[in-house]
Amino acid sequence: MSPLAQCAGVTRRFGQFTAVSDVDLVVEPGEIVGLLGANGAGKTTLIRMLLGLIGTSEGEVRLFGEPPSRRTRGRLGYVPQGLGLYDDLTLAENLAFTAAIFGSDPAALPAEIRPYAKDLVGRLPLGVQRRTAFAQALSHHPDLLILDEPTSGVDPLGRARLWETIAEAADAGAGVLVTTHYMEEAGECGRLVIMADGAVVAEGTADQIVGASQSVLVQARSWSSAFEALEDAGLQVALAGRGLRIPGADPARVLRALGDRPATVRQVPATLEERFFELVQQGSATGATA
Amino acid sequence: MTGPAQWGASGIFVAYGKTVALADVSLSAPAGQVTAVVGGDGAGKTTLLRCLAGALAPDRGSVRRPPKERAGYLPASSGIYPDLTVTENLDFRATGYGMSRADARERAAAYLDRAGLAAAADRLAGQLSGGMRQKLAVIAAMLHQPELLVLDEPTTGVDPVSRSGLWWLIAHAAAQGCAVVLATTYLDDAERAASVLVLDAGIALASGTGEQIVAAMPGALREETARPADTTRAWRRGGRWRVWDPAGDAASVRPDLQDAVTVAALAAAAGQR
Repeated sequence: MSPLAQCAGVTRRFGQFTAVSDVDLVVEPGEIVGLLGANGAGKTTLIRMLLGLIGTSEGEVRLFGEPPSRRTRGRLGYVPQGLGLYDDLTLAENLAFTAAIFGSDPAALPAEIRPYAKDLVGRLPLGVQRRTAFAQALSHHPDLLILDEPTSGVDPLGRARLWETIAEAADAGAGVLVTTHYMEEAGECGRLVIMADGAVVAEGTADQIVGASQSVLVQARSWSSAFEALEDAGLQVALAGRGLRIPGADPARVLRALGDRPATVRQVPATLEERFFELVQQGSATGATA
Repeated sequence: MTGPAQWGASGIFVAYGKTVALADVSLSAPAGQVTAVVGGDGAGKTTLLRCLAGALAPDRGSVRRPPKERAGYLPASSGIYPDLTVTENLDFRATGYGMSRADARERAAAYLDRAGLAAAADRLAGQLSGGMRQKLAVIAAMLHQPELLVLDEPTTGVDPVSRSGLWWLIAHAAAQGCAVVLATTYLDDAERAASVLVLDAGIALASGTGEQIVAAMPGALREETARPADTTRAWRRGGRWRVWDPAGDAASVRPDLQDAVTVAALAAAAGQR
């Protein structure tokens, strides 16, 4: 069986600018693939090609084994960053409108948004709007879900509940491609694809991507004095609660920079975010010399 | 407690008409420390930050903050003029703070350079990406080296690379002795802060250092691979299920901040029923 979504050697140029460069990407049924990257990494351009909104300059995009078209769009659920709801229709009217477009039956409203069925969407709290956008994207039982930063503005419990909805769709056999800027969400994805400057720079589970990367954790009696000393030594220091982290640093160099300041220094496994940076910076360096 | 200045709010109440935005919320913001206020939309974060910044007077309770000229505030709408360049925005702000142009330019240049904005100094602010505009807005709020810096969701919608630049600015301000309070919907941010206040529907669900919030979590957590029959006290995490037992003491998983905050929200929801 062919994958739900497949990009093979996909490149997209806008004039002189290459937004997406030779990307291979596959989404299989039942898997949640997280797409991570800085702004300008090419995520949105890639999604627009998958949706069939723009074509490729080179390479091939296939959805359900065929080129993107209105027919493939019918098997795809999409939640854009801006949610894509009509503010001046009620919640129920929004869903009825979507159902009419997809030629599906209007879905039963999920219990948590039912009380708002007759309210204008523009007047609803953002959390309810977000739930509505999910219900709308799922109402025609799509085989592939594309979610662009789906949980922005949601509290941690609400975010866990939205991820349950995403995982339920995947458990039922749908493939999910989701973009996020947050590493706590990346942990919910079965597989991650990291993009930098238009190209894929890493792919795998979070653990595979972090690999053996290390960070140095500093717990100093005066964090501010330690911060300044490490900064002055040219190290990239980040706050971590009551401590400081220096990704990829040599502990001996950290100790030297701290001098006689009272502090404990130890090597710890890198976080996904720290590894992400390393990869993005390497990607930029390669891009700059190319 | 003696020592460095401690700004903050104590037992504040704010209502907009019949809607209670904050009910008996307290927050301490010590000098030289970053304090994160975490919650979703409608939690009361903006109301609390407006009180701290002096933009709103609470109905009851007290706020301790420095005089306005020694505070910096980034409101949810960034307060940057889109039709001025980056440099013009900062010059304008420096004039407002009564800084000498030479001082302001020198400090601005250092911040812009470290935040990766130096090359954009002459661009119109309206043409910057979201992340660049937020970095500019934070620089504008801290340019006069305030004693209290209040930032309303500085990282929302900002990509991880710009977020790292923002966090350098925040850490730098705190290292200089400033008390920084920032609102966020993400625990990624909260984990970087020295202490955290979790708000939900105007009520403080939890507060303290990350470790304290985790240690104060009631009951116990266990992990299950299959979806439990009752999911009211369960949620998915990393492809498995976390189940919270309010009365339990035999934990099979060590909770982290994300777990503890989720449990606090579940406990509050159970209390309302």
